[in-house]
Amino acid sequence: MQEIPINTVTSPNVILELIYRLKVKDVMTTDLVTATKETSLREIQHIMRERQVTGLPIVMGKRLIGIVSMDDIIQALDKGYINEKAQDHMTRNLIVLEDDMPVSFAINYFDRFSYHRFPVLNKHKELVGMITNRDITSTLLVEINREIEELERRTSSSSMSDEMNGEIHTYSIMKNDFENAGFASTEIKKRLKKAGVMPHIIRRAAIASYELEMNLVVHSDGGELIAEYTPQTLQITARDSGPGIPNVDEAMTAGWSTASEWIRSLGFGAGMGLPNVKSVADEFAIESDMNGTTVCCSIKLQSDEEK
Amino acid sequence: MQVKDLAALEGFVTQTMENGDDSVLDAYAGDLLSDVMGNAPSDSVLITIQAHKNTVAVASLAGIKAIIICNQRSTPPDMLQAAKEESIAVFTFDGTQFEASCKVACLLGKVDARKG
Repeated sequence: MQEIPINTVTSPNVILELIYRLKVKDVMTTDLVTATKETSLREIQHIMRERQVTGLPIVMGKRLIGIVSMDDIIQALDKGYINEKAQDHMTRNLIVLEDDMPVSFAINYFDRFSYHRFPVLNKHKELVGMITNRDITSTLLVEINREIEELERRTSSSSMSDEMNGEIHTYSIMKNDFENAGFASTEIKKRLKKAGVMPHIIRRAAIASYELEMNLVVHSDGGELIAEYTPQTLQITARDSGPGIPNVDEAMTAGWSTASEWIRSLGFGAGMGLPNVKSVADEFAIESDMNGTTVCCSIKLQSDEEK
Repeated sequence: MQVKDLAALEGFVTQTMENGDDSVLDAYAGDLLSDVMGNAPSDSVLITIQAHKNTVAVASLAGIKAIIICNQRSTPPDMLQAAKEESIAVFTFDGTQFEASCKVACLLGKVDARKG
């Protein structure tokens, strides 16, 4: 038999991931037609014709005890025992799949054995489904479609972010200007959204820019927030003209804050700002002296993996 | 559930709701805006006492769809204006954040009705 071409190590990663990620239970038919060992082969033949199936599992309760296939029925008609019971002629030596196995197993089985269908058992050895080549093909087609849609979306988003290449926006931030706080971050977020950047990356950029922006509002004498875009990264720089952070290590400690009661009552000054920025950024640097503080962070716009 | 389902909850008073058909998948309670920013799931509803414009900015950046202001705090006009512009719903609720959270949790189906 010809080897199924998708079951190789050289397939594209996205396909390999798919056949390992999808489980037999995602693919199998659960709407089962079954018969008992007392059912006659004649009745089974009728059920097969009515329900358009080519093999019928024989069960005792939920336990699978055999299979009667179209071949068995043809044999029975040929040799004249079509009115006898399933238990006398069913195939008892069964090859089964488990519902938690990856679909790659099922593909392999169809490749190795000449059967057209496999019964699927759960971990309690109960019959929970049947799987055919057709089930696998149709589910894979649906999933491959979805993956390709996602790939197309990513390709178009990378060409979109090419278009922002070299853009630099500078926002000046005034001390205690809570009125306009968040404006710069919102603009950055909108820009990334327009460029089609993935939502989870936009969120990280929003967290970083908002924290830096609020730091300027709450702690500095005023400064600027600079957003620089390349196709690969967003670099955010927050620069102020003082008063400087006396102890940068303390400022980087979660929960440590110099904010006043009033600032805290507004929900700021929790001491999470800089640690938050650092945790969402791919690169982070801070410098501070009496003349001011500069925080630089960058975020990759096309993540290879979730962060 | 949708944003407009919140409006129907007992004790919830709608202050602005331009986005009634948006779906809400989760909820987050908190008053520290940095914490909300960093941890609130997107498409969620925020339960808080921070009744000011900056809460709207945080909600917008974090993808929060609705804000519930608890403890009889009033919502300043500039906050509601900002919320309108950002299409974020704002409700007020006289009870505590805990009480509001319970109601939202029921609506989200996050509480099992335990026996007894």
